[in-house]
This record gives sequence, C-alpha cells and structure tokens, in this order.
Amino acid sequence: MSLLSVQDLRTYFHTRNGIYRAVDGVSFDLDAGKTLGIVGESGSGKSVTCYSLMGLIPSPPGRIESGKALFDGVDLLNCTPQQARSIRGKRISMIFQDPMTSLNPYMRISDQLIEPLMIHEDITKADALKRALEMLDAVGINDAANRIHYYPHEFSGGMRQRVMIAMALITKPELLIADEPTTALDVTVQAQILELIQKMQKEIGMGVIFITHDLGVVSGLCDRVQVMYGGRIVETADTRSLFYTPKHPYTRALQKSIPSMQPKGTELYTIEGLPPDVSKPLAGCSFAPRCEFANDGCTSDRKPELQDINETHRQSCLRVQSGEL
Amino acid sequence: MPETILELQDLKTHFPIYRGGLLKREIGKVKAVDGVNLKVEQSEVLGLVGESGCGKSTLARTVMQLVHTTEGNVELEGRNLTKSSPEQMLEIRRDLQMIFQDPYASLNPRSTVFATLAEPMLVHKVCTQKEIHSRVGELMETVGLAPRFMQKYPHEFSGGQRQRIAIARALALRPKVVLADEPVSALDVSIQAQILNLLAELVKKMGLSLIFIAHDLSVVKHISDRVAVMYLGKIVELGTAEQVIGKPVHPYTKALVSAIPTANPDDERDRKRIMLPGDPPSPINPPSGCPFHPRCPSATDDCAIAVPALESFAEREVSCLRKAEL
Repeated sequence: MSLLSVQDLRTYFHTRNGIYRAVDGVSFDLDAGKTLGIVGESGSGKSVTCYSLMGLIPSPPGRIESGKALFDGVDLLNCTPQQARSIRGKRISMIFQDPMTSLNPYMRISDQLIEPLMIHEDITKADALKRALEMLDAVGINDAANRIHYYPHEFSGGMRQRVMIAMALITKPELLIADEPTTALDVTVQAQILELIQKMQKEIGMGVIFITHDLGVVSGLCDRVQVMYGGRIVETADTRSLFYTPKHPYTRALQKSIPSMQPKGTELYTIEGLPPDVSKPLAGCSFAPRCEFANDGCTSDRKPELQDINETHRQSCLRVQSGEL
Repeated sequence: MPETILELQDLKTHFPIYRGGLLKREIGKVKAVDGVNLKVEQSEVLGLVGESGCGKSTLARTVMQLVHTTEGNVELEGRNLTKSSPEQMLEIRRDLQMIFQDPYASLNPRSTVFATLAEPMLVHKVCTQKEIHSRVGELMETVGLAPRFMQKYPHEFSGGQRQRIAIARALALRPKVVLADEPVSALDVSIQAQILNLLAELVKKMGLSLIFIAHDLSVVKHISDRVAVMYLGKIVELGTAEQVIGKPVHPYTKALVSAIPTANPDDERDRKRIMLPGDPPSPINPPSGCPFHPRCPSATDDCAIAVPALESFAEREVSCLRKAEL
C-alpha cells in the first residue's frame, strides 16, 4: 500500500486577472521509504502541489477545486483541522528553499527545535531538549550543546539548512517534503545536504518528495521522477528510464539544454518561447506552442492524458502515444 | 599571440570593520580580494568560480571601480583604473561594462526599455538624438528582442527577456570587456540555455572579452576558454577550462568538480564524492598557511605554515604545496 496517494489534485488561484490553474489534475503515489522527485521550471506547479498537501495554500485567492490526497487513510484535503494538525509537523514535515527566511530570527534554535515535540508529544521540556541535541548531532552540527542556544543569524546558510532538517525530522515523520532545499546553497554545501537527507532517510525510513528544477540533483537521489509542465505531469518514470529513455519532448528538451559537461563551442539546445500562461485555458497540449514536434493534433481540443508505456513509465505526449515519435 | 586587454596586478580589496558609535575604532579587515593577478585577453571568455563569500563578486566590483581598491592595479589597455580621475573613469567605463545577477533588481522599474538603453548612449554622447531610436532598435535585435517592445516596462517581460535587456544595456557603448556576475543563476534551465547561447554568440560576433562569474561549474565549463578558481580572496587554480575542470589539480577544485550533480543516474550512484567538511572560513581571520588547509582532505602539517604561491604546473597555474604528490 502506498504511503501517499494523490488523485486528480486541482489548485486554482482566483485573481482579478483571471483564474490561474497552477495545478490542474495531478495524480501520483508514493510508497513508504521511497524518494519521488518533482522536476519543473518555475510556474510549473511543483511547489503548489506540495503546498496543497500541507494546507499551505493562501485562501483566498487559492482554492483546491478537486482531488484527494490519501495519507494513511486520511484525506489531507478534506479532513478536520484537528486531524490535519495531528498529521502536519508530526507525520509529514517540510523543508523550504530558503533557510535564511524560514527560521524565526527572534527565537533561539533550541526553542524552534523543540516546538514540534512540545506540540505533538507528551514530553517534558528537558527531554525535548535532549532529543533536539541528539538531532543536531545527527545532522552534523559540531558543538551542538553550545550552539543549540544560538539564534539563526549566528549560523551560515548551510548550517541553517541543517537546523531546518533537524527541525523537520525531530518527530520522525513518515513523509518529508523538501521544496528546493539546496537551490540557495553552494555546490559543496549542496552535496553535504543531499548526503544528509539520504542518511536520515535510511535511519528513519521515511518517504521523501524532492522538488527541484535541477535534473542533476534528482538523478542521484530519487527512485522515481515526475516532470511537471503548466500544472500537469507530462512524464513520470523510474529514474533510470526517465534519464536514459525519456519519451516526452519536454523532458528530452530539458535534458538537452543542461550544459553539464558538453564541450565548449557547441551551441546549447534551447526551448524557444516561454512557459505557458496558466491563466488562459489552452486547447490541447500545453507544451505544443514550444514543441518542435507539435502538429495540428496537439492543439486540438483533446487534452493529453498520461498513458502507460510500461509498468513504471507513463507520459502524456499525444504523438508519442499514437506512435508517431 | 592574442593581446592582453585587462590586467589585474596584485589586486587587494579589504573592507575595514569598525566598532563603537562615535569614536569608530578599526578592529579588523575583511580581506575580500587578497592579491589577485590575472590577465584577460581579447575576445576570450574567462570563467571565475568559487563558493559564496570567496570574493568573486567583489573582484568584479573592484575591476569596475564600484568599490575602493586597497592595493594593486587594474589596467585596461594600459590605462590604470585605480589612479584615474572621475573624468578619465567616465571615458574608461565606455569600454568596461557589467551584467548583474538578478534581472528583476538591476533594471529600473520606472524606465521603459527605450529609456534604459538610450541613457548610456546619451550620457556618453555616442550618437545624436535623431539616431538614438534606430540605435536602440538595433541593440534590441542584437540580443534577440523585437524592437516593437521598446516602450514597454521591465515588469512586462519575463526573467530571460529582462536579462536580455540588461545585456543590451551593457553592450550599448560597444565595450571591450564585459563582466557578467552570475547572469544565469536566477533563470530557469531552458531560459539559461538561451542566455548562454546569446552570450557566446555576442563574444564571437563583437570580439568582446567576457569575465563570466558563476558558481555552477558546468555552466562555466561550457562557456569559458579559461577558468579561474577562487578561494578566500585568492586564485587557487587557473588554466584552460578543459584542464581545470576536466583534470583538476588543486584539492579544492577537485572537490568542487566532484560536487556537481550530473544528470546521469548510474554515474551518480557509483560516484565517490569528495566531501568538504564545514563552510569556508571567515575572510576576517583567514587560516595560516594555505587558506584551504582546514578543509583540505590531503593537508599536511606544512600546509598550515607555508603559504603556497600560484605556480605553473601541468599546463596551468595552481597554488598547492602538494601539487606534485597528489
């Protein structure tokens, strides 16, 4: 049985300029202890998907129009606030992109770290502090006994991200959602943080949803990857299939446009045009206007749906589905 | 032999730290750039890499004379920038331009594209009022923007288009050297590729010299002829991109290269990463000897004492005491 099962999630933002379909029919499953990568450009809806699960969508203007997110039998999108509170921060926790702004600058690290424990567990403050210390040690902060009483500004970016991870994992969650946790960090620190997440995952046995725009980060870390574009999943597969036999033109284009280790002088492959404006309903495939393989069929009324290629690999390009590509 | 166009001689930029309100006392210095020697040749792309805080942006700002130089010289075609008067600097700035990281912050939100691009040309009087319209149009075409967007404001453009405007502004005076400070790190992958292609094409077409600052080594390798790796205000390795990133010698460069995630799951899983412990040390109190020795996996006792110089070794310059042994 899967740990988390999201079905047909739609999150729209109702603004003065129209309805932004940020997430438009997303379904996926995550098994316990596995890692799922969600890849996409800014505005593709990858963060909004996860914010919807955590109940972090500001409303108004945001509204979850439809969908289910079953976590251990509880629908996260339609449960009582009490149920949500007992799951969020305890069984599901989240790390954010920017460790500079996601810690409270007025609170000591110690107080922030024990907060989830004090709320969710019947524990004394002294015991909670002991757990917090162990956790700081586990995420590799030296001299934790001393530094636990520091304020966030006394830590560097990488260290703050470690504190964030310690805070997210202190309740030993079953699911960790990491929203671009390394984007603001240097490559060397990024490598440290990725290693740390993998290590903690082994220890706690949690499932991880890893949101990123960097295909390179995904390749070493994730069991499965799904690529999002314009609020929809365009391709989902196990990591090896996605990297070695990508099917959807967008996935292929993304891969070709990474400059990694290509010799100098060769021109990079570029995807012409801009990501779609999700406030306007688009007939057919949302990638069609930028796709080099698009034909009239792609912009007709038929919305592309994910179809199986094999057991683990699904994609939504109409022309691939009809065998033309 | 290509001509050297920009030369940095033992360049140092130190920022004093003061304590006390009224009677300010200097209690230390942040040695952001600490003795950099560098030559940039005509129509070459020099990549400058390093972690945040290593001084790469300060180096760019020092070259532009946006911050005060503590010591050393910046020479552009024989003219010494550090000793130039404001009038001379105005003249020199025509040949030396900069592109900033964040195209959302570096463009004036109240100026149209036309106003933004016309301003440098009017200030430097490179053309008459009559020609200005057609010059701005040409400029926009060079960077791949349609001239009909001339009267639009920055907020009407996407990130990639804004970065094109910023590039056009830097090119307005037909400079000889352009410094680009992380020009693609705020952009999405697909847009990043467009901007990189544009920069490479402009370098070729206009004979520009480009100093390309980035923390993403794969981007730097792609665009650069030569690469300089900075650590704590000093250059630790300098050579051709193939040499430095393909076959790094300095332990710091090795660690940087090994930390780049590649889009190849099989390689990625078997790969042994060189993990650097901790963060870069503070440039206020740099470590004794080799600045990298506290984090270096192959440091010996000597490394804490002797300061390594940048020396030629294996078709590059590198500053490591143990370069021959490793």
